[in-house]
Amino acid sequence: MRVELDEPKCVASGQCVMAAPDVFDQREEDGVAFLLTEQVEPGQEEGVREAEQICPAAAIRLLEA
Amino acid sequence: MRRVLVVGASAAGLATAETLRREGYEGEITLVGAEPRLPYDRPPLSKQILAGEWDSDRLALRSDDRLASLNLDWRLGTAATGLDLSAHEVGLEDGSSLGYDALVIATGVRPRRLPGEGAHVLRTLDDALALRSCIEPGTRLVVVGAGFLGAEAAAVARGLGAEVTVLEPAPVPLAHAVGPEVGAVLAQAHVENGVDLRTGVSVASAERGGVRLASGEFIAADEVLVAIGSSPNTEWLEGSGLTIDNGVVCDEYCVAAPGVYAAGDVARWHNPLFDASMRIEHRTNAAEQGMAVARNLLNPDAPKPFAPVPYFWSDQYDMKIQAYGYLRGHQEIAIVEGDLAARGFLALYRNGDRVAGVLGVGVSPKAVRPWRQAIATRTAWSDIEFNIGN
Repeated sequence: MRVELDEPKCVASGQCVMAAPDVFDQREEDGVAFLLTEQVEPGQEEGVREAEQICPAAAIRLLEA
Repeated sequence: MRRVLVVGASAAGLATAETLRREGYEGEITLVGAEPRLPYDRPPLSKQILAGEWDSDRLALRSDDRLASLNLDWRLGTAATGLDLSAHEVGLEDGSSLGYDALVIATGVRPRRLPGEGAHVLRTLDDALALRSCIEPGTRLVVVGAGFLGAEAAAVARGLGAEVTVLEPAPVPLAHAVGPEVGAVLAQAHVENGVDLRTGVSVASAERGGVRLASGEFIAADEVLVAIGSSPNTEWLEGSGLTIDNGVVCDEYCVAAPGVYAAGDVARWHNPLFDASMRIEHRTNAAEQGMAVARNLLNPDAPKPFAPVPYFWSDQYDMKIQAYGYLRGHQEIAIVEGDLAARGFLALYRNGDRVAGVLGVGVSPKAVRPWRQAIATRTAWSDIEFNIGN
């Protein structure tokens, strides 16, 4: 599974970081999210799906392999 | 369980349906929506859409492919008109009715209005596009209500070159939501950006040509936006036997009656984390509550209390406002970082002896998040070591 982030849409809520801290982080200055990895390992999938759903900006997209 | 009926096809309804599938439910899911559109995101309506920065197709909450993969039965453009609990049936505007084994109520809210014709409201995409098309440089816009929606619209309209007057009945805008100290600071940003902010003003009616104040004074305008809050869409549930009290009343599991759940703006539930009855009109809550409802619906014998730390954000001018927790009814605030007047600060909110909320303006969002944890773990106010001024 791959994950994409639509950065201009991000509202810096940090919800994704709480759901999947090993896949997402936030920039220090403005809180906008960035990906630590685009490739999602099987053990991370549940958290990334949670992040996709919880993102209040609908900025996260999952691409099933 | 073979048929789940979700009434309301916006963020909460979609989150419910999506989570049901994620958790392995393979039966029917029907989504009923009053608007004739697939689920779209509302927070940008008073921001990027009103500013003309985004096309409306950027609002889609999920791609068409993703929606198709969920295998949902969509009934869009038709509102629910009634509920028969004993027959397990929901009546629709088009005269048909739908049966269910489990029902999720996610019908949201609609804007409150004032007497008079021709004023704008801002809830749907059509509302936002209509208002956008009326604002040009020099347009005289009166915004009734200085809550978050009115404040965001006023800020965007100033950016578009409109002459903006904001009328607010309270002495300090947003005081009930964020406290008078923070409310005053946010209000000052509007004044500095050229908004004619008038507080302590009650508006009796609103029409295309202006507004009539309770005092009798008439304020002329080219356009009027009424942003005075919302009412839950619960009329269709009257007489159903469900308890309606400014929202669909639920327990801590978001259960309104056996097999009937509510999520999103329309739901009033008991949040055990704050031991308070809440109805939250924020984007994140719609998704979180929809997800929680789906899980409880599939596990009725082992439900989990829905005990979130509420979160909201607002963008006004160059300010990003972020808050966690339950700020209403607080007794005290403490500035733990930055400076109120500089509009760069982090404020903690005390309720009883608890850290009940945190609000940041102009600080790194990463700095706000640790306080969310303090709220979630019911940290005592007296355990916080304040280093104010250090």
